[in-house]
Amino acid sequence: MSPLSSDTVEAPLAELPGDALRERAVDDLRAAIGDALIDSLVKPGDDVWVRVRTDAWRDAGIALRDKLGMDYFCFLSAIDWMPSPFGRGEDEPGAEVERPTEIVQGYTGGETRFQVFARVASTTHRFGITIKADVGEDLVVPSWIPAYSGANWHEREAHEMFGIGFAGHPNLINMYLPTGFEGHPLRKDFPLLARMVKPWPGIVDVEPLPGEAADPADAGDAGVGGPTTENIEGGGS
Amino acid sequence: MSAETMLGDRQKLAYIASQAADARLNVELETEGMTLNIGPQHPATHGTLRIICRLDGEQVIWAEPSAGYMHRGYEKLTEVRTFPQVTSLVNRIDWLGSFANEVPFILAAEKLMGVEAPPRAQHIRTILFELSRIANVGLFLGDLGVQMGAVTPVFMAFRDREYVLNLIESATGGRFHPNFDRIGGLKDDLPKGWIDETRGVMRKLRNFCTEMEDLLFGNEIFQSRTRGIGVIPKDVALQYGLSGANLRASGVDYDLRRDQRLPMAWDKADFTVWTHPDGDSYARCWVRLMETRESTLIVDQLLDTMPAGPVMAKVPRIIKVPEGEAWVSTENPLGEMGYYVVSKGDLGPFRVKIRSASFNNISIVPWVLRGVFVPDIITILASLYFILGDIDR
Repeated sequence: MSPLSSDTVEAPLAELPGDALRERAVDDLRAAIGDALIDSLVKPGDDVWVRVRTDAWRDAGIALRDKLGMDYFCFLSAIDWMPSPFGRGEDEPGAEVERPTEIVQGYTGGETRFQVFARVASTTHRFGITIKADVGEDLVVPSWIPAYSGANWHEREAHEMFGIGFAGHPNLINMYLPTGFEGHPLRKDFPLLARMVKPWPGIVDVEPLPGEAADPADAGDAGVGGPTTENIEGGGS
Repeated sequence: MSAETMLGDRQKLAYIASQAADARLNVELETEGMTLNIGPQHPATHGTLRIICRLDGEQVIWAEPSAGYMHRGYEKLTEVRTFPQVTSLVNRIDWLGSFANEVPFILAAEKLMGVEAPPRAQHIRTILFELSRIANVGLFLGDLGVQMGAVTPVFMAFRDREYVLNLIESATGGRFHPNFDRIGGLKDDLPKGWIDETRGVMRKLRNFCTEMEDLLFGNEIFQSRTRGIGVIPKDVALQYGLSGANLRASGVDYDLRRDQRLPMAWDKADFTVWTHPDGDSYARCWVRLMETRESTLIVDQLLDTMPAGPVMAKVPRIIKVPEGEAWVSTENPLGEMGYYVVSKGDLGPFRVKIRSASFNNISIVPWVLRGVFVPDIITILASLYFILGDIDR
């Protein structure tokens, strides 16, 4: 823990009840679906992540429900791991800016640009599990409706926002966007038009707190500086 | 006693013959369904939700909600903001309990940074969280009457909700959108005299709950329109991811205030998690009523145990959140509200998945409306209690 935390936490996070349960859950899932479970991560006192093969996505859902007792469906969504080619929209429109293009996946890794992820929880054991799967070139994963009926709307949302298909979904129509809308808004390469017209001013406009020096030259340490771009680059670390 | 048993033999035969004739007529006519559109602008829908119902006579045979009239794209917008700026966005998701929306996002950011708010800030956060629950669900209790033709409760609800909004305003400066939560604590400490005033308001709110119980829940019309209507069994509720009072009304004892450890002050208070075995509209309303009263008791206990100290931990002025992924959800007025935050070590989040309660709560509508009668549509929708901003985000 960082020194910034308070002293009133009775037990350190690592000793919270539940970690043994989380590890056992991973073992149970491995027993149920075999080597379709690619990777897992148990963060002590925090949460558990697993990644399964795309073709085992539905079986994993059913195993979570029946074998692991994960009765409560929380959500299902997707991630586009590609870094945004537009950054945060802080630059002038049309400016040539060098940006990272390497796709780096998060916890439990991955090989593809898109991943679906879902969260289910057990109301009796009172912990949840986040499950991920890669989405291949064809952008289709099996639907989770046979495992959890509530996945219906979540898959519709993921379908229109990311363009991911869900095989076996009965009604994959747009929920938010008008019919015939082109593009998938939550993909990173979908531009946010408001930012294309006018860059976001808030990203560099850091107001000085009352009682603090507004002039960066007067500020003592790094990170408590004024509203300049250099300070944002170096500050806070 | 049914109409049939009161008749004489000859009449009975005639009655049966007429029933048979009716049935034949129905088969010959092949009664045609009718499509009923509720909304997008309908007073009973709390906003712009449209529900398309196909009817056979008075019975709903198929229903599908059509959301999206108010989609604001918050998940996309979070990707172009810095972490502290996101709170002003997520405030607007469930606009009746806006402070409660900020908390899980801030907690997720704090979890990634390894920062924890000081005890006093945790206490004040929890109190403001419960106050926004009271303001939110208090309005629900009043609004419930209107949906069933009783006008008085809504005036009482607006009257007493005003006291709570005044409290929130005097502490945070904003009646509806406080934007008061910061990474590492709170913007400010409580104003002078706030604690005593809050105690008085909590007494008033408990009176309000008792009034509602007498006026509404004891009312015969209310009972006959909600008891046994829109029953959601436990396993269906869990499958659809219903949360909050909707889930507890189906008999599932699951409350995130109690069932997970968060850097909040709920574990300092002793409170009951109310459940109801029935799963009908009445149960959902009743659980909310009990929860509102319980919230006032939580606030009272937390006011008594308020620790001294700072309300802000030491955090850098310009916040960069380390790389990682975090999921934090809390028991919001409408149900489980959570944020899955992915950070790449930048000024702003890489991706934020907002799991809002109403989205799941309303996705059960096609299931629960099948087979109900037209007047019950309104009571079932009211008892599921959704906020449009919470569906569309």
